[in-house]
Amino acid sequence: MIAFFAADTTAKPLYSTNGSESFGRCTYNRWPLFESIEKPMRVGLFIPCYVDQFYPDVGMATVELLERHGVEVDYPDAQTCCGQPMANTGCVAETRPLAERFLHIFGDYPYVVSPSGSCVAMVRKHYDRYLTGRPGFAELVQKTFELCEFLVDVLHVEGLPGRFPHRVGLHQSCHGLRELRSGRASELVETRFSKPRQLLQMLDGLEMADLQRPDECCGFGGTFAVGEEAVSCRMGMDRINDHETAEAEVITATDMSCLMHLAGLIGRHGKKISVMHIAQILAGRSLPEARSS
Amino acid sequence: MARASFRHADNAAAFVANQQRTAWHDKALWFVRTKRDAAAGSLPEWEQLREAASQIKLHTLSRLADYLEQFEENAARLGGHVHWAQTAEQHNEIVLDLLRSHGVTRVAKSKSMLTEECHLNPYLEQHGVQVVDTDLGERIVQLRKESPSHIVLPAIHIKKEEVGELFHQHMGTRAGAVDPTYLTEAARGHLREKFIAAEAGITGVNFAVAETGGIVVCTNEGNADLGVSLPPLHIACMGIEKLIPRAEHLAVFLRLLARSATGQPITTYTSHFHGPRPGGELHIVLVDNGRSRLRKSQEFRPALKCIRCGACMNTCPVYRRSGGHSYQATVPGPIGSVLNPTRDASAYHSLPFACSLCGSCTDVCPVKVPLHQQLLALRSEMAEQGQLARSKRWQMKLASAVLRRSWLYRVAGTIARWFLRWAPKSFVYNRWNVWGKQRNLPEPPRQTFRRQFRRHVEQKRNSTGDSQ
Repeated sequence: MIAFFAADTTAKPLYSTNGSESFGRCTYNRWPLFESIEKPMRVGLFIPCYVDQFYPDVGMATVELLERHGVEVDYPDAQTCCGQPMANTGCVAETRPLAERFLHIFGDYPYVVSPSGSCVAMVRKHYDRYLTGRPGFAELVQKTFELCEFLVDVLHVEGLPGRFPHRVGLHQSCHGLRELRSGRASELVETRFSKPRQLLQMLDGLEMADLQRPDECCGFGGTFAVGEEAVSCRMGMDRINDHETAEAEVITATDMSCLMHLAGLIGRHGKKISVMHIAQILAGRSLPEARSS
Repeated sequence: MARASFRHADNAAAFVANQQRTAWHDKALWFVRTKRDAAAGSLPEWEQLREAASQIKLHTLSRLADYLEQFEENAARLGGHVHWAQTAEQHNEIVLDLLRSHGVTRVAKSKSMLTEECHLNPYLEQHGVQVVDTDLGERIVQLRKESPSHIVLPAIHIKKEEVGELFHQHMGTRAGAVDPTYLTEAARGHLREKFIAAEAGITGVNFAVAETGGIVVCTNEGNADLGVSLPPLHIACMGIEKLIPRAEHLAVFLRLLARSATGQPITTYTSHFHGPRPGGELHIVLVDNGRSRLRKSQEFRPALKCIRCGACMNTCPVYRRSGGHSYQATVPGPIGSVLNPTRDASAYHSLPFACSLCGSCTDVCPVKVPLHQQLLALRSEMAEQGQLARSKRWQMKLASAVLRRSWLYRVAGTIARWFLRWAPKSFVYNRWNVWGKQRNLPEPPRQTFRRQFRRHVEQKRNSTGDSQ
């Protein structure tokens, strides 16, 4: 799948090395026979519902990152939610119309990008139950990307401007890791890699914190966070402790849902560590001021 | 056997309430997981082995009846007797009949999850047969009158101090003794007497080979060997999914099993039984107990690939923090959360939800059972069977109705954010807000992303307009 797009993206994308060139267009050629036709890469941006409502800056950071790499970002206004909460509760009839809506809204974009591994995994790995055989569905699966994947595999980003002089703990959100394979899961005997980590390490001054458990679940798990509240919170506290022991100043992840859960615990327990979505760090946001507890 | 319905979350909350014990339990199992990682990592061909094991098992399941008949024929040729049990009750009756016909009242049993599944011990005890579990961990839980909390490490939930106290009561060890070597020595002496007194040995089976008619039993303590070497009668109980076609396939499975289970390259004892020993009798009881029904299910057939290594339990972040007993089943953890609800949905409906869908079990599984995907599939199965709480069902119906309409979603979002901003704290954080028991809610921003994006687009249009 990745090779398919790499072959399709004939021109090497441009990315600015300083802020003023942020409108440098990334060019790609969708019709290799017509070498002269070059268009800016157009992306349908999918912002998960809770990010739209509670974490608008994560969305804006995503927009900035994509535009800085010459991508034309379109946010279709009709979008709401991919339907994952219903699907993970087992409510098939309640999920199907949302999956159908998603295909209808995003089906025509050359690419769909989202700053969430979990929601993208829903589209790529779980929509088949609802949409198999629908026109455009096979293509949707091929062209929907989590932000870090898109930056690494489609835009082939090899460097990022900006400085983030902090010790960062990367929480490998499970769905990005084990469903989208954005990195090697610790259970597998394969070559080690991690797309989010690769991107973070492009930033100047950024130091990665070494966690004792590289990819333990944070305990969010959607409705699990409420249905199994006790275990969920315990998992979250353990995850935070691992980051604190590694002296991380900030926990980052490809999913804001993991971070919403961890931030909820951090806030309640008056801990000092911050959380930032990976898009925010990559887009050059600075560390939030430590809140007085 | 109908069981009462229960909520895993309630059991888990009770377990988590003891913070120190939870931390200890989690660490003990994570230690096994890290040992497993090192052992797996020592084989560059690990992923190929997993794939091969998965294919062999799928193939076997695809023609299980043929292989079972082949096995029966070959086992009989070697002088063994093969019995078929469709249910747990039939299995128990067959075993009891065998024991009675041989005049046996004392049995040494090595670890077998199948006999646990069939509740053989209480059945035999009811009928006047004394059964001693000879696996150390199983002996500990047997003396405590508990069930195992893990399929490989049955007493993983018990601390050495508690073992010391238990042995003090039952074996007369020194009060307050906690030294594992001392306690194990004592257990060894205690069990030796039981081995000598036993008139029959019962074992489980890890693998049965169709082409040879042989069975393989893996233990670390050698208790299976001793248990069947002294008395003349050996009864081996196995689920029909334990079959593999050929002896050469053991080269795949034996490399995976111990590494996945405990991080050992191989179990200390891997005993191959080909027919009875001279002068003895070997009886093999093949048990279905719901397995053919599971085999018929397209969705859940892969669960029968399971070789009971327990790796999914060691890696499961929920199992580690809720303990094996919270599942109220012989097989707990991820694989138990698949197997039990397929058998008895009304009792075990909460197990598929005792999972954050992190997928670690799927990746750790040596035979590639897609565990987390099966758990997800089971959730809709539970919903279809009406096992979902009504409140949950209505919440999802409502959410779906809102999310299908962009305008309604926006209105609902605005109200929610306004409420979070302005409502008194007690309106937001109260007993109905389960999220808020230990966690803060996010602080609602003034503007949604879509508002900010619209402004961004306008600004961009203006600035490009200016520059032209």
